[in-house]
Amino acid sequence: MFDDSTSRRKLVCVSGLKMYFPIRGGLLRRHSGDVKAVDDVSFDIFEGETLGVVGESGCGKSTCGRAVLRLYDLTAGTVLVDGIDISTMGQGALRKIRPVMQMVFQDPQACLNPRMSLADIIGEPLVEHTRLSKADRLARIYELMDAVGLNRDFANRYPHEFSGGQRQRIGIARALALNPKFIVCDEPIAALDVSIQAQVVNLLEDLQKEFGLTYLFISHDLSMVRHIADRVAVMYLGKIVELAAREGLYRDPKHPYTQALLSAVPEPDPVAHDTANRTILTGDVPSPSNPPTGCNFCTRCPQAMEICRQLDPEFREVEPGRFVACHLFNENETAG
Amino acid sequence: MLDGATPSVLDVKDLTTTFKTRVGAVHAVNNVSFNLKAGELLGVVGESGSGKSVTMMSLIGLVPSPPARVTGGPVMFEGQDLLTASNEQLRKVRGARIGFVFQDPMTSLNPVFSVGFQVMEPLRKHMGMNKTRARARARELLDLVGIPDAARRLDDFPHQFSGGMRQRVMIAIALACDPKVLIADEPTTALDVTIQAQIIELMKDLRDKLGMAVIWITHDLGVIAGIADRVLVMYGGQIVEHAPVRDLFANPRHPYTRALLLTVPNVRGERAQRLRVIEGQPPILRAAPTACPFRDRCEHAFDRCSRENPARRLVGPVHDVACFWDPETGASSDV
Repeated sequence: MFDDSTSRRKLVCVSGLKMYFPIRGGLLRRHSGDVKAVDDVSFDIFEGETLGVVGESGCGKSTCGRAVLRLYDLTAGTVLVDGIDISTMGQGALRKIRPVMQMVFQDPQACLNPRMSLADIIGEPLVEHTRLSKADRLARIYELMDAVGLNRDFANRYPHEFSGGQRQRIGIARALALNPKFIVCDEPIAALDVSIQAQVVNLLEDLQKEFGLTYLFISHDLSMVRHIADRVAVMYLGKIVELAAREGLYRDPKHPYTQALLSAVPEPDPVAHDTANRTILTGDVPSPSNPPTGCNFCTRCPQAMEICRQLDPEFREVEPGRFVACHLFNENETAG
Repeated sequence: MLDGATPSVLDVKDLTTTFKTRVGAVHAVNNVSFNLKAGELLGVVGESGSGKSVTMMSLIGLVPSPPARVTGGPVMFEGQDLLTASNEQLRKVRGARIGFVFQDPMTSLNPVFSVGFQVMEPLRKHMGMNKTRARARARELLDLVGIPDAARRLDDFPHQFSGGMRQRVMIAIALACDPKVLIADEPTTALDVTIQAQIIELMKDLRDKLGMAVIWITHDLGVIAGIADRVLVMYGGQIVEHAPVRDLFANPRHPYTRALLLTVPNVRGERAQRLRVIEGQPPILRAAPTACPFRDRCEHAFDRCSRENPARRLVGPVHDVACFWDPETGASSDV
């Protein structure tokens, strides 16, 4: 299934993406350093696929998702969406492209205006970007509500009247309003209960099939990403350490961090728990304003070598379609 | 490891908590009974609003009353009924005999006091230690929970610690007075998986070392599978199933437990083509239950489920379930 990926169209191409946030200190607010939230990240997303991005908090996965949509001014790198370079585009031009790329946010409570009715929320992008008449707009709003499984009678209600799962449906309907091609889902299920998470994930999958959507699915939940994503990128401290097709990554993780991350996920099976041989990482993630020299993971890596503390490993293709940034997979160095 | 001979340290009978709100009553906890044996780890699973936290808060008088009203009981702990105990008596229990670890270590630590001060506080209040002794003990405790360079870090403030380290501090405070029971309310929910794995290992280790009983509240079935000896499954303010952990996962009896186990995707093993869904929403507990709280979402529900609230019935030596339906025959049980 992976061989045909080269022939598939790339909808989103990201290369060398950097997103630094300046740290200013002192009386004169002098620039004293940077938080390197995303530090030289490259990946492509094929049309119609779901690319999962996993990592722990602070690894830069959300910043990466927002940067791809140009919600920030990029520090460096290029982002191509549907063949158009948006990395340095001005706000005016960017606005015309916005309908193509949308976002679903983590906290459905915070991203919905409590003073707007459901119809106003879902209709707002239509008001901004289209010239539909009032009646056509309402028809479209109803259509969207049907698509995400919200009862049409709720159109005049307000966000506080809905449960978390329903609010997330409202957020999804709003993202769909302008027929986007590409949606960044930033932890869309993190705030929901397990039984509701499955409902929302199934909805996202249905919508993808129906409208041919492409997702960048950001989550810290490795098991959910395994379910929804076609390919998965693992981030650590601002960098992608491994990028591979879902099955390969979960069956045979290459990077020591991916291995540790997967082994840390508690399995809902008490028997497996007792027999499992798990890698438990020691220590915490270093600060992204002061990352270690060499490989970012060298301070916690159980297999760290001398070279890891000196040289940042290159993010290279070790097998077709499989990228790893680790010295263990650099034959020239390990063979010698 | 768990037989009838092990004495209970905590015995809860028919605990009920209702909140009076402006829009009416909320029956958050309904007739909850369970016991906790010495040295065991009891897992409590449920979704938000299932009453798992309120149950634990109620039994040691941590829910504000009013608006809450805690009835039922007794809640027997070390020979006294905690529900009828005076505030004075409860204060001697809380933080000393029963320790707590809450979900969010940032909001439960006081940002303006040093970590050392906060670990020393229960030692001085409950154990009557002087400053020097309390400080020495605080250092030992931070060592015990695996905080590197403990002596120096005593004078640091909570914001100087990472999330995982803060949770370790919380555990140190909870353990300070050598409690009989430790109640951990979603202690790893706010943490990353690799840090969660560290805290789980630490708690298992401490339990073995110190021999206290632990109640671990979580919504994560994976965590439960890894640490618990026995499990209570809560739904709609009630215990719907209770079983030893292996029994629960191998032979779940309640439709809610079964559905829950099927909904959760896995990182290993087979990948489901499509996630199983529990349709609908959890109930809003406006009235005292007169029917099964899960009936509207249950695929096996029949008439009786909406007429009567099923009582917990034994289906194994230590396995009980509050449901009329029998998974083996597919028929309703006649109790």
